[in-house]
Amino acid sequence: MLTLADLGVLRDVDVVGDSHVVVDITPTYSGCPAMAAMRDDLVRELQAAGFDRVEVRVSLHPAWTTDWITPAGRAALLAAGISPPGPAPSTHGPIPLTLLPTARQVRCPQCDSPATELVSEFGSTSCKAQYRCTTCLEPFDHLKEI
Amino acid sequence: MPDHVHTSAEDEHDSAYAGLLVNDAHWAFGTDFEDPLAGVDTTIPEGIDAPTLAAYALMLGDDSLVMSHRIAEWTSNAPDLEDDIALSNIALDLLGQSRLLLARAAKADDSVVPALPEGSPAPPEDALAFFREAHEFRNVRFAEVVNGDFAEATVRVLLFSVWRLAVWERLRASTDHVLSAVAVKGVKELTYHRDYAARWFVTLAQGTEESRSRLLAALDELWPLWPELFDTHPVEAAAAASGVGVDPATVREAAEAVLDQVLTAADVPRPEVARRSGVLGRTGRDGMHGEALSRMLAEMQSVARAHPRGQW
Repeated sequence: MLTLADLGVLRDVDVVGDSHVVVDITPTYSGCPAMAAMRDDLVRELQAAGFDRVEVRVSLHPAWTTDWITPAGRAALLAAGISPPGPAPSTHGPIPLTLLPTARQVRCPQCDSPATELVSEFGSTSCKAQYRCTTCLEPFDHLKEI
Repeated sequence: MPDHVHTSAEDEHDSAYAGLLVNDAHWAFGTDFEDPLAGVDTTIPEGIDAPTLAAYALMLGDDSLVMSHRIAEWTSNAPDLEDDIALSNIALDLLGQSRLLLARAAKADDSVVPALPEGSPAPPEDALAFFREAHEFRNVRFAEVVNGDFAEATVRVLLFSVWRLAVWERLRASTDHVLSAVAVKGVKELTYHRDYAARWFVTLAQGTEESRSRLLAALDELWPLWPELFDTHPVEAAAAASGVGVDPATVREAAEAVLDQVLTAADVPRPEVARRSGVLGRTGRDGMHGEALSRMLAEMQSVARAHPRGQW
């Protein structure tokens, strides 16, 4: 189970009154289409927990980074066959151009082999890159560092 | 049955089909978030002229909206699945940036939002995207050019992201909280777009005779619209003067330096093609567009305009 808190998407929960709660979430990418689903889930769960008034707010600043994914979240990703991200690159100052494929130490989430290769920097969702294990030959997703 | 498949009633929201069984009315517009800036501090910083902020946000939002649509036209048409997915992701990022920027424009000055038929549930950013005419769009003309082959897509994404990233690196310091936050996030996305296109640029240039000639042809085709990206429109000058925006002329040197790195790695000379002039001095930022934008909007806006009160 990977929770919104483990993903670093859940930024703040403020219990305002007996039955009123305000929750802040932040999008992973600007165009993240899962925001509405996350909001709906939060409203459903919090209402079931007795909060009649649930406000879900979008927090844009500071911008989400994969560094916010908790150790439990990383373990859950790995268990689901998704390679967890390494440290996010610094985005202060001018951004250097990278003409060579991003060099990452990615291990296969299936067989733990370090012999993996990048297929594409873009995967099934904005936040993932596609990799292939050259040992067990299985393809897998890697959560991109941002 | 695998243990991650839930069957109990409490877990019905985990099923992709659960929504079909309940009265789950969604607007046909947006993604059911009434306001993408809900909870964001949208107060206008002191000394900032609201109409200028709105006009500036519209320009940036229109650039990515039009560019996003063009790139999205590649969906299911790219040379292979990986690049199909890559281009779709790039289009989605740009669309997300547009949504925030158009919402910001509407929040700063609601007079920019076109009036809609009574009862339309379209939020302001959708009204701006789907109910303005071509001459009301403020995107640079570069974004609207009709798609060519994959080499053209490569050059298009490269030039656009080199330019936009150079502008947005500085926009991170905007005195407007929203523009600053949008830029901080957008810079991370644009970095991936730029690297993706730059690598393909080098690959195609150093590939076969055919791939190189197509790449050079695409560069010559788009080059006349490159200088327009660095023209300073009065709105951009005013936005920059107040600290809200960036004067694109001031990032030209930085952008050209990055582009030169790519051209050098690809062993491609800078094109010697004259810039495309405006019409009586007016260009995309003034609402002067080519026929291509009208045709694109006719398709992009058709469903929204046919069903302005649409829900699903």
